[in-house]
Amino acid sequence: MAGVATSGRQRSKIAPYLMILPALAYLAVFFVVPFFSLARTSLSSSGGSVYLPTLTFDWNFANFADAFTLYKDPILRSFGYAGVATVLCMLLAFPLAYVIAFKAGRFKNLILGLVILPFFVTFLIRTIAWKTILADEGWVVSALGSVGLLPDEGRLLSTSWAVIGGLTYNWIIFMILPLYVSLEKIDPRLLEASRDLYSGGTRSFRKVIFPLALPGLLAGSLLVFIPAVGDFINADYLGSTQTTMIGNVIQKQFLVVKDYPAAAALSLGLMGLILAGVLMYTRALGTEDLV
Amino acid sequence: MTALSERSTAPKKVRARPKWGDYSLRIVAGLVLLYLFLPIFVIVLFSFNDPAGKFNYTWQGFTLDNWADPFKYPALTEALKLSINIAFVSTLIALVLGTLLAIALVRQRFRGYRAVDTFMILPLTAPEVVMGASLLTLFLDFGWAAGYTTILIAHVAFEVSFIAMTVRARVRGFDWTLEDASMDLGASPTRTFFKVTLPLIVPGIVAAGMLSFALSLDDFIVTYFVSGSTVTYPLYVNAAVKAAVPPQINVLATAILVVSLLLLAAGTLYRRKKVVI
Repeated sequence: MAGVATSGRQRSKIAPYLMILPALAYLAVFFVVPFFSLARTSLSSSGGSVYLPTLTFDWNFANFADAFTLYKDPILRSFGYAGVATVLCMLLAFPLAYVIAFKAGRFKNLILGLVILPFFVTFLIRTIAWKTILADEGWVVSALGSVGLLPDEGRLLSTSWAVIGGLTYNWIIFMILPLYVSLEKIDPRLLEASRDLYSGGTRSFRKVIFPLALPGLLAGSLLVFIPAVGDFINADYLGSTQTTMIGNVIQKQFLVVKDYPAAAALSLGLMGLILAGVLMYTRALGTEDLV
Repeated sequence: MTALSERSTAPKKVRARPKWGDYSLRIVAGLVLLYLFLPIFVIVLFSFNDPAGKFNYTWQGFTLDNWADPFKYPALTEALKLSINIAFVSTLIALVLGTLLAIALVRQRFRGYRAVDTFMILPLTAPEVVMGASLLTLFLDFGWAAGYTTILIAHVAFEVSFIAMTVRARVRGFDWTLEDASMDLGASPTRTFFKVTLPLIVPGIVAAGMLSFALSLDDFIVTYFVSGSTVTYPLYVNAAVKAAVPPQINVLATAILVVSLLLLAAGTLYRRKKVVI
């Protein structure tokens, strides 16, 4: 903090504002104003035809009630799928992040690089690869079938689990990295101390490692849950009409059906639910832990 | 590096506990790593596939034809070029905006600091589908035709926060009194900027730029909403899933992966060399 105090001498009072102005102005116009457009659209009534839709702004709050009753299932499904995917990400990411942080030794950077590498392939192509892996005639289905884990005629593709698996895979990196950062900060001497005080492995984990990994787990769960809850690609590629998520509905209403008010009401509702959660989180922990 | 290996070997000498817990942990971690690579193996393998029909989903036979002619589909090549163009231009714009914001947040304490800090992360909390939808309603309200410009605007909008967060994280721990030292030793502010400040912040800016470039190149959902009839690389891939998936998609994806791997290796070697010095 001494740096800030002493180097403040040449700096004028307006300099920081000049530095933040371009970014804030840009985000104001292309992030905040669009939400007003979205809000306006969500309170309008649509008329005209599919080819030439017209919107009249008339405080039509019924759009929200209609959208949420009509699309109750996709909304609940989205939160359910994203929740399960987040838990799966935690369970899979923890052992890997732990081994990288404590056991990898000189291979640490190599393994970190390997963890990031798959995510250099476009998200869509990775999801197409899962389509191939989980296909009915694929080796995974036949292997699971031959050991009796999957009934005859059983499928993996087009099921809820395929969609959840896709969501887990596509965002697990955002769980591994923050978790690794949290674990890496843990002083190994704390673990030694807990062992010296006759704490067993499980107890050390519960009392030392887990509490210190919590910021990473919380940041990771936000970074996984938020994109997963709004996603429509996994449900589109790996699911069926029975696995429609809120993102699929919003996308279809906006770009195919062109029922803008309903789609806007759904988008705002989704954003509201997420924002409430995030504000509670940042209030509790401060934003610096997030990245 | 050395401190770390000391840490991990030290307890081994002291205790001879049964190691099976440790081994099973390593095995689980290895399996998770394998899981991360499973689709990648499939993508690389299927770039050598000789598909019978329009879809490259089932293994038919080995061929090198796809690799011999990676640019067989001009529409795919054009889409990839457009995506690289958009990623490059949008990253340059977002780097200017985001870096200024990050440096102001790290180095200055001004009124409204907390508010700006919270505001900056908001775009990261909006799911892509909501961001795409809100930009679409904005462009409809403005009466702007969707295309290259609207894609560019949208990409900059989601990149700025990522860049600001990354640069901020990288420059937070630096000792800024070095600047004062430089000026106390008689260097002009300009000279100080180029000789002291810039070398300190450049690694953070490069890292943020690479992240932003990758995000832009990979973006499907936001782009889908604001693209109109313009086709970027992910949009081409999505259309292909519905109509026909040529193996060249896998070839180009594999090529991008190999280039990334080489860059990663070069970066690691470069960093290692710097540590030695």
